Amino acid sequence: MIEAILEPFKYDFMIRSLVTAIASGTMLSLLGPFAVNRNMGFMADAMAHATLPIIAVGVFFGFSISELGVPASVLIAIFLGFIIKNTNIGEDTAIGIIFSSFFALGFVLISILDVTINLEDLLFGQILAVSTFDVFIVVGMCLVVLGTMIIFYKQLLFYSFDPIGAEVKGLNISFLNYLFMILLSVAIVASLQTVGIILVLSMLLIPAAASKLVTNTFNSSIRISIVFGVFSSVTGLYLSYFFNLPSGPSMSLVATSIFGLSFMISKIKRVKT
Amino acid sequence: MNSEQINTKKSRSIIVSDGACVELGNDLVLDDVTFSIDQGKKVAVVGPNGGGKSTLFNAIVGLLPLANGSIKIDGKNPQEAKSLISYVPQKDFMNRSFPITVNQVVGMGLVDKNTFFNSNNRESKNKISTSLKSVGLLDQIDTNINNLSGGQFQRVLIARALTQNAQIILLDEAFSAVDVGAQEDIMNIINKNDLDSKTVLIATHDINNLEERFDEVLCLNRHCCAYGKPSEVLTEKVIEEMYGSHSAMFKNHTLNSHGETND
Repeated sequence: MIEAILEPFKYDFMIRSLVTAIASGTMLSLLGPFAVNRNMGFMADAMAHATLPIIAVGVFFGFSISELGVPASVLIAIFLGFIIKNTNIGEDTAIGIIFSSFFALGFVLISILDVTINLEDLLFGQILAVSTFDVFIVVGMCLVVLGTMIIFYKQLLFYSFDPIGAEVKGLNISFLNYLFMILLSVAIVASLQTVGIILVLSMLLIPAAASKLVTNTFNSSIRISIVFGVFSSVTGLYLSYFFNLPSGPSMSLVATSIFGLSFMISKIKRVKT
Repeated sequence: MNSEQINTKKSRSIIVSDGACVELGNDLVLDDVTFSIDQGKKVAVVGPNGGGKSTLFNAIVGLLPLANGSIKIDGKNPQEAKSLISYVPQKDFMNRSFPITVNQVVGMGLVDKNTFFNSNNRESKNKISTSLKSVGLLDQIDTNINNLSGGQFQRVLIARALTQNAQIILLDEAFSAVDVGAQEDIMNIINKNDLDSKTVLIATHDINNLEERFDEVLCLNRHCCAYGKPSEVLTEKVIEEMYGSHSAMFKNHTLNSHGETND
């Protein structure tokens, strides 16, 4: 048993993948409870999809996806935040327009610029291909997200729960809004190689949703969400290795199974009380 | 402190609005609103929907700029007086699906833009429990806010204002979707001795029972129709000015007449 668990790690690429999986799982599921309770799922999905044209242009000029990560995520967060704040067509509609048009633009650019990108890997994740440089970027981003969340936890919680009360109290809510958007965008873009554009949403939302079902307080839902998220990404990595499955879908399905179990547990609990 | 000093302290004006006008788009929502509220008064702000109650609150806390006139909070501009005020917006503006505890909400009264990390020292823990004791919810300190009734939630928000040590507490629609018993609980807390020095403004649609509950009433329908003691201010003329043709609905249900004819 232990041999089977350790067996994949005689390969360097598997160690790199494991570290990346843990880092991605941690930052996505840390932000997840905020995203879930603020109904920001659609926004997060748009952030992931909006990376496609930036990646297309970046790769054309010879950059790797990891190198593009930070500038791309900051650009997307600020752009989305600005559009939502300054149009009055409704948040969902504004996000929907950006989401679909950026995604379309990405495909068109890939075709025009004739960029060699493995689209399937980009859409669904291919963690086994991460380089040492990628690992440093993802771990670095994870530490930045973790540190910022620890420092601004109380302010972000106040702002998320009662934005008007927070503004009256003198909190800089414009800063807090953009800060959270940038953190979310950073976590999403840094995780693209792990779970891919389409499935990154599952690692953000599913562990958080599952944790909300089994616990009653926000602080513990964050801790449990991280446990679920890291467990999903690591288990998904094993499945991907042993059964030669794409990493993103494996992780996503493990998370879904945890959600299913949590759902049943919460129903049983309710029946008992 | 002799009684004269107490009197001068009690009659100190804390919110002074002088011809305040607020524009939203091209609409003049508040037009030349003038009143002066003394420290420690418990004031009902009444008026029809769209009459500018929430707008007035937003102007008092400095979220909306004045097109004309001035509002002074303890002599300061609203922007500079933020720490003096605790604002409880209408419930719809809060994300109550957040599964946070009573302790966390009340603790927000201590959060400002220099608050970092997630720790509560002994002093803040004491402040939180003292405030919760004042509103009678100390036993609910670890309860998830999703499990509170509407009235309990309002009391938690009053406790948050107490933790902040705010001098002025603004409650927008504190009585909507709250049953009569819970309304009484809220009023009992507001009229308790610990809140003697606090100025409390409650926006409400309900113009029944005002004189039993409040020191003063501010009648607002875009302009200040009247301000003063409920028994003196709520005349038929003022009610008609606020509610227009619908005033007949209220006619026999104010001033303790409850259906009797006044003439």
